[in-house]
Amino acid sequence: MVTPMPSRHPGDERLFDYVSGASPEPVALLIATHLALCPRCRHEAHELEKIGGALLDDIPSEPMPEGSLDRMLARIELPDKPPKPAATLISDIGDRSIPQPLRSYLDAAIDDLPWRRRGSISEFPLMPDASEYSTRLLLIRAGAAAPRHTHEGIELTLVLKGTFSDAHGRYQPGDIEEADSGIDHRPVAGEDEGCLCLAVTDAPLKLTSRFGRLINPFINV
Amino acid sequence: MDELVVLSRLETATPQATCIGQVWMNGAMQAKAEALDIQSDLADLLLSVAEHRDRSAFVHLFEYFAPRLKGFMCGRGADTGSAEDLAQDVMLTVWRRATLYDRRKASVSTWIFTIARNRHIDAIRREKRPEIDPDDPASVVDPKPAGETVVAQEQIGARLRAAVDELPRDQAEVLRKNFFEDKPHRVVAAELGLPLGTVKSRLRLALAKLRHAATDLE
Repeated sequence: MVTPMPSRHPGDERLFDYVSGASPEPVALLIATHLALCPRCRHEAHELEKIGGALLDDIPSEPMPEGSLDRMLARIELPDKPPKPAATLISDIGDRSIPQPLRSYLDAAIDDLPWRRRGSISEFPLMPDASEYSTRLLLIRAGAAAPRHTHEGIELTLVLKGTFSDAHGRYQPGDIEEADSGIDHRPVAGEDEGCLCLAVTDAPLKLTSRFGRLINPFINV
Repeated sequence: MDELVVLSRLETATPQATCIGQVWMNGAMQAKAEALDIQSDLADLLLSVAEHRDRSAFVHLFEYFAPRLKGFMCGRGADTGSAEDLAQDVMLTVWRRATLYDRRKASVSTWIFTIARNRHIDAIRREKRPEIDPDDPASVVDPKPAGETVVAQEQIGARLRAAVDELPRDQAEVLRKNFFEDKPHRVVAAELGLPLGTVKSRLRLALAKLRHAATDLE
């Protein structure tokens, strides 16, 4: 079977910020997971890294203090720390559907995560410490619609499994949707299987449907 | 490899003997040739570190990169002391992970740039750097793997270096600020006193020129 290539990519600036290191971790996680699924963007990112290399050659240098080389030479004689033992990841459990680096943020197979079910969607929060961002895995049941919502900031959604469609079209694994504030959208999962997504939002969602308003107070987004 | 030749090339490449004068005297072609020599010397040095744990090769790499890495960390807002420590940390990783460097994939400067970027994120921002695992069976394999060669990578590095020197000043400034200062585009715009759209379009123009330089390899 030929794996379909993603057709909806992050914007140039997102990729640039990922390569330069300016992206905050939740966004970087989403972009890196897209890169695992998208050879085209992987190539693009590598090209940008080469520019980073050329700029490092060209950067205004700061002289190192006296004795710095001696300290360096002493440091390289010290024994290397033993590599960290590999954490128990779902790579060991056999779930190969989630690529790195996302897999390393999970400590159980997808089916075994403590999902919070809310009607037709389930969610699993990641990185609760990155407080300016909401980072979640979302599972929309086959054929079901996620609650209609708008955003204050940006919402990036990366499809991992299955498909969803909204007013902008159909999204397949590896595709990224970037929705600005004001877009009121209602993703509907494909009929054949549930849609698993990674969603990063930099401001709380506002639910706009009647069902959404009803559950809004309980959703901790 | 003749160590003395390498030494003198790397010395002329150091900031104290800034190449501005030389670039003008020798012309852009000469600058490209020198940049190519430097890139391939750096790769030879790193290979020697990887294969022979060659300390004198490492000293040359340290002398070339540590002041640049300190500049890089200062540009991202580290104070002098931490910038020095971080530059050392990066060079320690270079020493320990030298066998992972693949000169078919990237120039030494590109490889070290990625280590420095990640070290900064880890140490100063205290965040993890999510990166793909090239051996992960869950990642999608490129149906057309790039046939990259040793010469191409070193030439690309040299061409990019020359292309950076040839960028118009306003584009180069925006590119450097965005790449090295770890700030959102709107902050860069505010600091330069420019509209956000201008910053973004200058960045786009600069990247397009550099991409062109990197791919135009007849």
